[in-house]
Amino acid sequence: MSKEESFSKDFSEFDNYQFGHHDKVKHIASTGKGISRDVVSKISELKNEPSWMTDIRLKAYEVFEKKPMPSWGPDLSEINFEEFTYFIRSTEKESDQWEDMPQEILDTFDKLGIPEAEKKFLAGASAQYESEAVYHKLNEELGKQGVIFLTMDQAVKEEPELVKKYFGSVIPASDNKFSALNTAVWSGGSFIYVPPGVEVNTPLQTYFRINEEEFGQFERTLIIADEGAKVVYNEGCSAPKWAKSSLHAAVVELVALDNSRIDYQTIQNWYKNIYNLVTKRAVAKKNATVTWLDINVGSRITIKYPSVMMMGEGARGEVQSIAFANEEQLQDSGAKMIHGAPNTTSVVTSKSISKGTGRSSYRGLVKVLKGAKNSSCRVECDALLINEESRTDTYPVMDISEDDTQIAHEASVSKVNEDQIFYLQSRGIPEIDAMKMVVNGFLEPMVKKLPLEYSVEFQRLVELELEGSVG
Amino acid sequence: MLNIEKLRVSVGDKEVLKGVDIQVKKGEVHAIMGPNGSGKSTLAYSLMGHPLYEINSGSVLFDGEDIVDVEPHEKAQKGLFLAFQYPMEIPGLQMESFLRSAVSAVKGKEETKDVFEFHRKVLKEMRYLGIDESFANRYLNDGFSGGEKKRAEVLQMLLLEPTMAILDETDSGLDIDAIKIVAKGVNRLKDKGMSILIITHYQRILDYICPDRVSVLSGGKILKTSGPELAKELEKTGYKNFSSKKDSSDLSVGF
Repeated sequence: MSKEESFSKDFSEFDNYQFGHHDKVKHIASTGKGISRDVVSKISELKNEPSWMTDIRLKAYEVFEKKPMPSWGPDLSEINFEEFTYFIRSTEKESDQWEDMPQEILDTFDKLGIPEAEKKFLAGASAQYESEAVYHKLNEELGKQGVIFLTMDQAVKEEPELVKKYFGSVIPASDNKFSALNTAVWSGGSFIYVPPGVEVNTPLQTYFRINEEEFGQFERTLIIADEGAKVVYNEGCSAPKWAKSSLHAAVVELVALDNSRIDYQTIQNWYKNIYNLVTKRAVAKKNATVTWLDINVGSRITIKYPSVMMMGEGARGEVQSIAFANEEQLQDSGAKMIHGAPNTTSVVTSKSISKGTGRSSYRGLVKVLKGAKNSSCRVECDALLINEESRTDTYPVMDISEDDTQIAHEASVSKVNEDQIFYLQSRGIPEIDAMKMVVNGFLEPMVKKLPLEYSVEFQRLVELELEGSVG
Repeated sequence: MLNIEKLRVSVGDKEVLKGVDIQVKKGEVHAIMGPNGSGKSTLAYSLMGHPLYEINSGSVLFDGEDIVDVEPHEKAQKGLFLAFQYPMEIPGLQMESFLRSAVSAVKGKEETKDVFEFHRKVLKEMRYLGIDESFANRYLNDGFSGGEKKRAEVLQMLLLEPTMAILDETDSGLDIDAIKIVAKGVNRLKDKGMSILIITHYQRILDYICPDRVSVLSGGKILKTSGPELAKELEKTGYKNFSSKKDSSDLSVGF
């Protein structure tokens, strides 16, 4: 397959993507195609930013120019940075009223069920369309308790001290080429600060929608849980069925101060031509807990390894990673656990499914620094292959500099067994339903622990992906 | 009820059944006996439609309809049931949830609409077969002992109430008490008119499920069909009169 063909591959024949429609929306501002120092300055100017942020962007752009593409994992040589548009503004400003946005955009979010979800189970919701939020609202009660939930753009202006202190503190621009790119051209994303002792148990959520083709979305999210605070954050995403690819390169930084807890939950459901190259990392201080639930169903290539740096004694990190690689998809996901203090514990559970030519990889790092005594890490990854040609790989890296640690790693690979399918068929169950039962069975131990709205949504997505997998 | 004529079946490029004729009348119990590797399990799998077993020629009439090209799940819906010699384990698929799916696929959604009533029915049949209640919440056959799997097969049969059951070595690996329980379940449906094709190596289970006809299958062919006395005779003399070296060499079928 030539590069040209693989870029414009039409997935519509064999996918059941539900949110693939495209809105005809006029752009209020756009930087046009391509990236340069001028484009970076222009984004900062369009946002009317203070000069310290412009400086951060321009420095990061220099790093981006110098950094090579990641040398591990999937081949990214198909990506041509000149083909993307790096900034598009769709509405004048975000609103806390859904009705304020153009009807077409509202219809899209309605179809995605966001306003309804907000009413039912969210304490705050944000909706980003292309580069910026078009809707943003926090429950009043939480506002009174001092919880801050802003778009990152607002935070630069309204909470400059917190942003200056923590922005880039967990993931510096120089971390990798895409974190540098994000730091240079970031737009949108969420900023959350939860004051000491405040518990936000009802989730805050942001939904990311890409509408244009050959567009780059670079949201930047920073969540700070102050001492003893708790917060649950959800994110979701989707994009139209375009022939040409878009790029999504987000950076998410979590700061969990002493005794706090952050639960971060993602269902990634991009359309199958999006490059999803995301850096997500948390720092957990003394006795703090950070959990990442990372579900990847969409995208053409995903590279994402949510990480927890346990830098305070007794800190805990957990990653639950679920990936479904359908035809032509590469899901390169996993986790990184850095034990930097004594008595720290981490758990990584990964389940992946590869179908057809899809390929899922678990890539993980467990690093125990000298002095992180009595720390423990348990990694468990299971892969399920649906067809003969499906592939999965496991790349676990252990870097242990402390003797007094307990590390456990278990991995398994299984293939959907023809005899299992036949057995279920012999009980009156059609082949496709039998396949769904076997796959859901593989996921069950993990799915039963998910929050209800996630398990229902995820099982529905898996069943859609499995359509057409038999016969 | 079941009329098999000149059935030839191959697995890969090897022909295992070489022209088999069997008739099972409504309500009748027909035992197929034969040495290891005679093609008994191939007969069971090919009747149910396992994709690895290719029917080359011949016909299988079930209730007057040729079912050679019918999908396995449709055969089940038409009332055919296969109790597996080695039931498959499905990790993560809860037994009761599976039973609900199977019963609603075979007998219609109405049958399982009332979840609580269905649950009571499942527990009742489990008690009848001496299966511990906790198995309703366990994953299907996952970690079950051989005997537990066989009982679970009979449980499925009782709930699905087929008109024709193929029992593939359902007695193998069972002690006498377990055989009695399995036979109790099978006979309950037999008394309601279910036809049975019982495939076995040993005569033992036939003491509890009395056959009307007994056929000897060896080397992929039916060598003799007679009344129940044939089973007793085989018990005494073994299969040596029926098998040849040549036949027992081409036996391994992968199951």
